[in-house]
Amino acid sequence: MVTPVLQVTNLRKRFGDFTAVDDISFSMKPGEILGLLGPNGAGKTTTIHMLLGLITPTAGTIRMFGLDLREHRETILSQVNFSSTYISMPQSLTVEENLWIVARLYGLAEIARRVDLVLEQLEIADLRHKVTRHLSSGQLTRVTLAKALLTEPKILFLDEPTASLDPDIAQKIRSLLKEARRSSGVSILYTSHNMREMEEMSDRIIFLQRGRIVAEGTAREIVARFGQADLEEVFLKLARESRHRT
Amino acid sequence: MKLHRILALLTRHLYLYRRSLPRIMEIFYWPFLDLVIWGFITLYLGRAGGHLPGMVTFFLGALILWDMLFRSHQGITISFLEELWARNLMNLFASPLKPGEFLAATLLMSIFKVTCVSVVMTLCAAAFYSYNLLQVGLWLIPFVFNLVLMGWAIGVFTTSLIMRFGQEAEVLAWSMVFLFQPISCVFYPMEVLPAWLRVLAMMNPAAHIFEGLRSVVSAGAAPAASLAWAFGLNGLLAAAVIAWFYQTFAYCKEQGLLVRVGE
Repeated sequence: MVTPVLQVTNLRKRFGDFTAVDDISFSMKPGEILGLLGPNGAGKTTTIHMLLGLITPTAGTIRMFGLDLREHRETILSQVNFSSTYISMPQSLTVEENLWIVARLYGLAEIARRVDLVLEQLEIADLRHKVTRHLSSGQLTRVTLAKALLTEPKILFLDEPTASLDPDIAQKIRSLLKEARRSSGVSILYTSHNMREMEEMSDRIIFLQRGRIVAEGTAREIVARFGQADLEEVFLKLARESRHRT
Repeated sequence: MKLHRILALLTRHLYLYRRSLPRIMEIFYWPFLDLVIWGFITLYLGRAGGHLPGMVTFFLGALILWDMLFRSHQGITISFLEELWARNLMNLFASPLKPGEFLAATLLMSIFKVTCVSVVMTLCAAAFYSYNLLQVGLWLIPFVFNLVLMGWAIGVFTTSLIMRFGQEAEVLAWSMVFLFQPISCVFYPMEVLPAWLRVLAMMNPAAHIFEGLRSVVSAGAAPAASLAWAFGLNGLLAAAVIAWFYQTFAYCKEQGLLVRVGE
């Protein structure tokens, strides 16, 4: 049996009376792309923040590479990285300077080679000397992805990574991520509101609604279980149910 | 603690100064302006019949030392604000960087700022007012050390407040240190304070430093007692604010504030 790279057990997060994440358990295998799906407020981002050690869980355990995140934060986070539409990079620094800082923060060797490689991979080598403040939102998204891939992580958390990209670049990013998975065996936890992207990217999908896991399986299994035409229909059904209850 | 992470963060802050005029002004222009204004006030007071011994030394010396405290405080708080403004805190704290390493980097940044400001002010004071700060002698070393330490303590405390309350507490990054100025006895001796305020001043390490400076300048007396007070109080203050910082950091992670601060 393959040991999971990520094991989440009975994870819960409460903010006062509000339960953002409610007793969820799941795991991720090496090299797996796991989609985390759900309407706004379902608990996807809070879950990712807990996995990154940015929010302390109210209950439950998070283990990565067989280690408990609370006790082995430094070891785990040096092998993990993330990208999100909702983060930025220091605006007054150039793209290259930002990537060098990240590389030094993670203690990477051969920084120049890695920076060159990741800039080429994401087709942003021409932005190397551009001050981050002057990037478009699509360019900034690619730079934050470059930051995430630069450290060659074993687990990558991606929170809506293609949200601000045009279809052509988004497709290239998806291909790049699949290639990264194939070549380095990186495991990816992925959130997106683009259902076709979810179906294309994910080996397995976890559907969150109001902090709870309401469905888990391949896209086809989930569609069949809810008796809908496609994943988008499932999403709409659950999102509307969720809003009616609120 | 890993040195490469501390240096990475320090480099990140130093990069900012390469292409930012306001940040360069913060180090060179504002301290210079402070010095010019206080220098003229000192000259005016001297000509108007002031008979305080070593008046220039009192005022300009005190001003330069106070600025060291102020800049050491600001070195920490502004470094934190830079991360907040850049929405970079998530990138940092989702990396292997430890809170202690983050603090260490801001302390180094603070040393950089204090050094630049001190050199600028000392040279300007010598050039424009023929004032030599080094005339205070070797006592200057423990004086400066204690002032920088106190600036760090206030800086770490302020940073914790900004982390806890977000950008609405941002103004504290510049103003917090001035809450301590009236009871720091920078430009006047502790004896002029009313009795109840004197009690507060006694608990303030900076007040003992400036009292010590006055005793060296006016009487050439060794300020051993003042320094002992300053070291002792600073030790307590530093221990308290570091504990407070870690507690606040844990609270922010508990409440999810770390990912919301700066939004």
